[in-house]
Amino acid sequence: MPGKLKAKVVAGRHLPVMDRASDLTDAFVEVKFGTTTFKTDVCPKSLNPQWNSEWFKFEVDDEDLQDEPLQITVLDHDTYSANDAIGKVYIDIDPLLCSEAATVISGWFPIYDTIHGIRGEINVLVKVDLFNDLNRFRQSSCGVKFFCTTSIPRCFRAVLIHGFVEELVVNEDPEYQWIDRIRTPRASNEARQRLISLMSGELQRKIGLKVLEMGGNAVVGYLQCFDLEGESGLVVRAIGTACTLDKISSTYTAAIVQNLSNSSPSKDMKEAGFGEEAPGVPLSSGPPTPLRAQTFSSFSPSKSYSRQSSSSDTELSLTPKTGMGSGGSAGKEAGPLKALLRQQTQSALEQREFPFFTLTGFPPAFLLHVGGVVSARSVKLLDRIHNPDEPETRDAWWEELRQEIKSHAKALGCHAVVGYSESTSICEEVCILSASGTAAILSSRFVQDGALDTDHRFEDVAPPACGFCHIPYDELNMPFPAQLTYCHCCRRHKVPDVLFTTIDVPTEANVTGKGCLIQARLCRTKKKGQGEGNATAISNLLPFLEYELHTQLLNKLKLRGMNALFGLRVQISVGDTMLLGLASATGVYLTALPSPGGIQIAGKTPNDITYEQHISNMQKKINDTIAKNKELYEINPPEFVEEVIGSPIPEPRQRSRLFRSHSESSDEVLELDLSHGKKDAFVLEIDDTDAIEDIHSLLTDAPTPPGFYSCNTEIMPGIYNWTSGLQMFTSVRVFRLSNANLTNQGLNKIFNDLCENLLKSLYFKLRSMVPCCLCHVNFIVAVPEDELIQVAVTAVAMSFDKDQSQENGRQSGDKTLMKAITENEEQLQFPLELSAESPSNPLSCAKGLSEVSGPLPSARAPSVDHSSFTDRCSSWIEQLRLKAHTIRRGSIKTMSSLEKASPVPEGRSRSLRSNRSCPGSSITVVKMTPLSFIPGAKIIKYLGIINMFFIRETTSLREEGGVSGFLHSFIAEVFAMVRAHVAALGGNAVVSYSMKECVFMENPNKNQAQCLINVSGDAVIFIRESELEATPSQTQSGNVQTSSNGEGT
Amino acid sequence: MSVELDVFVGNTTIMDKEVYQLWLNGYTVNDAVKVRMEGGVMEECEASAEVLLSDTMDQFRTFQMCERLLQNPAKLANQLLFQIPPDRQAMLIERYYAFADAFVREVLGKKLSKGTKKDLDDVSAKTGITLKSCRRQFDNFKRVFKVVEELKGPLVENIRQHFLLPDQLARDYAAIVFFANNRFETGKKKLQYLTFQDFAFCAGQLINNWTVGAVDNMVEDMDVDLDKEFLQDLKDLKILIADKDLLDQHKSLVCVALRGKTKVFNEMETNFKNLSRGLVNIAAKLTNPKDVRDFFIDLVEKFIEPCKSDRWTATDVNLYLTHYTNSAHILDSFKYQTVWTRYMGVIKSCILRMYHE
Repeated sequence: MPGKLKAKVVAGRHLPVMDRASDLTDAFVEVKFGTTTFKTDVCPKSLNPQWNSEWFKFEVDDEDLQDEPLQITVLDHDTYSANDAIGKVYIDIDPLLCSEAATVISGWFPIYDTIHGIRGEINVLVKVDLFNDLNRFRQSSCGVKFFCTTSIPRCFRAVLIHGFVEELVVNEDPEYQWIDRIRTPRASNEARQRLISLMSGELQRKIGLKVLEMGGNAVVGYLQCFDLEGESGLVVRAIGTACTLDKISSTYTAAIVQNLSNSSPSKDMKEAGFGEEAPGVPLSSGPPTPLRAQTFSSFSPSKSYSRQSSSSDTELSLTPKTGMGSGGSAGKEAGPLKALLRQQTQSALEQREFPFFTLTGFPPAFLLHVGGVVSARSVKLLDRIHNPDEPETRDAWWEELRQEIKSHAKALGCHAVVGYSESTSICEEVCILSASGTAAILSSRFVQDGALDTDHRFEDVAPPACGFCHIPYDELNMPFPAQLTYCHCCRRHKVPDVLFTTIDVPTEANVTGKGCLIQARLCRTKKKGQGEGNATAISNLLPFLEYELHTQLLNKLKLRGMNALFGLRVQISVGDTMLLGLASATGVYLTALPSPGGIQIAGKTPNDITYEQHISNMQKKINDTIAKNKELYEINPPEFVEEVIGSPIPEPRQRSRLFRSHSESSDEVLELDLSHGKKDAFVLEIDDTDAIEDIHSLLTDAPTPPGFYSCNTEIMPGIYNWTSGLQMFTSVRVFRLSNANLTNQGLNKIFNDLCENLLKSLYFKLRSMVPCCLCHVNFIVAVPEDELIQVAVTAVAMSFDKDQSQENGRQSGDKTLMKAITENEEQLQFPLELSAESPSNPLSCAKGLSEVSGPLPSARAPSVDHSSFTDRCSSWIEQLRLKAHTIRRGSIKTMSSLEKASPVPEGRSRSLRSNRSCPGSSITVVKMTPLSFIPGAKIIKYLGIINMFFIRETTSLREEGGVSGFLHSFIAEVFAMVRAHVAALGGNAVVSYSMKECVFMENPNKNQAQCLINVSGDAVIFIRESELEATPSQTQSGNVQTSSNGEGT
Repeated sequence: MSVELDVFVGNTTIMDKEVYQLWLNGYTVNDAVKVRMEGGVMEECEASAEVLLSDTMDQFRTFQMCERLLQNPAKLANQLLFQIPPDRQAMLIERYYAFADAFVREVLGKKLSKGTKKDLDDVSAKTGITLKSCRRQFDNFKRVFKVVEELKGPLVENIRQHFLLPDQLARDYAAIVFFANNRFETGKKKLQYLTFQDFAFCAGQLINNWTVGAVDNMVEDMDVDLDKEFLQDLKDLKILIADKDLLDQHKSLVCVALRGKTKVFNEMETNFKNLSRGLVNIAAKLTNPKDVRDFFIDLVEKFIEPCKSDRWTATDVNLYLTHYTNSAHILDSFKYQTVWTRYMGVIKSCILRMYHE
């Protein structure tokens, strides 16, 4: 009995009238944990009952504490008939199991009923006494901290980043059990909610165990999803990055200040000698070879599955088979020492089954090089799972996908994948599994154990800011043809011409001008099908879908005069009669990468004069758009002196062809001229109406209205002086296609318009916040029914101070912006990081040594020889036989950036626009944001993860205002419940908030609708910087204050 | 092809004041969109009609969802569903409870019953205010009436606390409640020239001086019911007109005081007895509820109209009433000084307010 859970029911308010006769309610409360139930007295005839119950005590295993939610049911007492349930509250008590998180849960919770929504509120107090601290970690994983945030949380520093953790649990979906035929919808919904809550708890506990096994104490970038497979079950799966985190405490901070000065000189010395990017190291880049230039190569179907294998880039996807065995293809570009070091890092990483990281933001000097986006998809049939109640089959599916990702990364000369995520799309029995990430090379600093770290610390010297843009692969043995130039910042290393990544813009990156949201949208019709045939059809469509999405992204990027994409997220949604593809990313101009050429259109029928004219008109339009965009996004990079100087790379004007084909018009050919010159490097050849349509659609993206910017990353490069104006929102639209026989073109237009109009509406709604930026714009697309397209957007609008941005602006500003926002990092992490590697810091070293007693490969799965292509091939064939079809493809993108090692300007602009305080109100204002920070504020405490799942159903759709009214109130209710839980934990904000799932089903004829929503985030306490400013004397002392404040609250 | 579902939910509930007003005014979504388009929002923000429609629908829906809370403003402050900054909450409540003068003049003094509600379409046709808006305003009156009916303590304070209204609006509601409770006649043609604010002022006077609450502040209905004892005492004032000596004495005192001070002295002198009879008779009849209802019409008929026809200025009226009141105090045989003061104080300020030149 390692724990005692105590709960006390204080009072209720705003209860609904349950007794029509008296217009009152005789309410009492059942408090249930596991199988134990307590009841309060009945509080007769009151809508605002005061129970003031005794403390209900549950003596339970800590395992149960982790798995089970506390279930509070409010009922109306009825003498003659059964008591009527008013509603329920589920309280996740996990935050109480962590000593550093919340200590008590106390507050008003909305009483929720799946049929009626929120029905009043109840005030509850919950506490947990863990009996024995020492024993706490044995059977359960109490104490492991979970964060949704995909970077190191603000008031912590990373000691070690252990790597990938995943888990998956399966259960029968209550909605598909036989009993569902006889029970009420309410009972069925509640069974589902409870089950998912239990499964989430179990999942978290199991992941926690893995983390403890690895020697970590926290999971960062925790991403939990559920798959409603229907008949075959309900899957809850999660991935995350295991870390050892240290709370930044006052003592630490003091030590750091000291260490900072001690450690830096020695570092400089070492840097000169051995540093990876040190000026002294000669570039040994083999004999100059002509480079084959091809901008993109990815998105090819693997050979075994591509029916239309006309595409020349098919070969590329097979790169894993070429010499990937040693994993050493990476190390050749620099000196031998470096290669050695890298191999050591690599080996440290390779001992892991999957060197994956769900992080999108990194401690300084952790991310060394970025290769490009790697992704893999596979199509599976759910009705062919042998043993649906067991997780093995799904585990194998994901394992297979991860192996593929890993091999793609290797092909790019990378030993790790960052910004990694997984998703599914299910339609009937077909399920598309997707995984994607960014291939990268990481510093060994955080991944190796303490001893190694000390030995090879010199490798970790902060690389130049442009370092991450430098190609990680061997220039002589490139995994795909790419256009390389010398880095425009350091001019020593090679960079690609474009770079696609799934991560956030690194804080140190030098960005010219501002960024913008770029979306590629695509709809493809498909025939209705069943089983295997259907899966094959989807498999065949996927590569073309992705290829076109990719082309669109690239074209739109060029149209904006930019050269890199961050936060790339490609969603493929499958429906009965169509496939939807939506790729979102934030385009920026990385100073280190070459300026993108323009887009040139070439007609194929030169004799036709009107056609020529048409073409030239279009060309003019495109040129105008590019010019306009450059102005809009303030892209005016410093003229780069001809890069040929000193370049060993000859510049052959080469053309490579990419064939684009899709099922209907396979004759269409897109020709790309990828010559190296500054101008017109990119040629679009137009030979049919499709291509013209495509170009038109390029130009139809409406520019954001004045004063607005948008991005899907954490922050917008180029904007830094945020005010406290913050508005998180969710917007959902469902579009009905009335015409069943739509062409691809027609569908595309509809889908495109839907997204564009949605964005326009958002801008209009938020016009009072101008100047403002929509950050972390996250689109979720779905095909809920045959003729429905659903788009849900969650984002945060943040207003900023325009005047200041113009004063400081531009070049040096670029950096300031990011620094300003991540000021915590600037103040805390950077110095901490430095001290961490210094042997003179006993604290960090001791930690490193003690906590990582050797890298622990995941016990569950033996490592697979991923270099063996034949193995994979045969396994594919096997799957084929199992009628589960896999489609795979790796996208490989490149980028570059250059950075003048410009000192960070200290002039951090704070805008202290008055934050409206809320006097007299009994309700805590809770901010919600999908970002990991709150502008102008400091997060002083993480209270635990919020992970909530709700079902709402109605049988009186019309009465509730139709589908819009129904969903509107449900989303508002979900927000309210999240806020209430955060407030009860003592918090005042949710960061890294996301809506993972929004499954909406309707049946207007029956006047019914049902919706499932899953949201998550990190509950935190923040304080305004203005409140901190009382002691501006030193930043460090400011931090001390902060943390002590945190303890005090 | 159509947008089947379209919602926007912010963590902080977004509400546009302009759209809120259109909703309060009872516009349909389409009419509201038209008004907004004419207002020029579109040019300002490069929005299309489609965007405007979507935004308007969304906001109307939000207001509808909030309406339940607005009907019980105290709940708005501690509900969890919508996160609305306090200043916005205050705005929402104030505007929700705001009413049109044209509307309130139609309803003032009427019983707030189902019957009256049924006649609202006539009111709507007459005033040009949409039926929906009329209903909201009427329901507000009724709701406030019902709540304060059962409360002890000062009326204005109760309204302010229960409905979180600003002071002026709370006073107006107090007047509406007071009028509805006493069923004062305000709709007669002769009273048409009076504004709601005139009546509200008079109501304030009556509440502060003539109700039970004016003497005892912890009784139920203290501010909505007139003090019965006082009304009874008013009968004693009859002596002022019944006793011929007293009447003459009173008249000569007033005449002495006013001689040379007013241009309408002669008219005043001739009319004194009529006017005095008028005012004292009003006082004496107030025990009868029917006469209470006619209080304002009596004031107009018995005093204001005669003065008007003699072209008294407001200053003349003021002068006359001041001396008329004060002179009675000098009358030796007149014993009811307290009642007289309490009565005439209110009468004087009401008449002055109602005397439009």
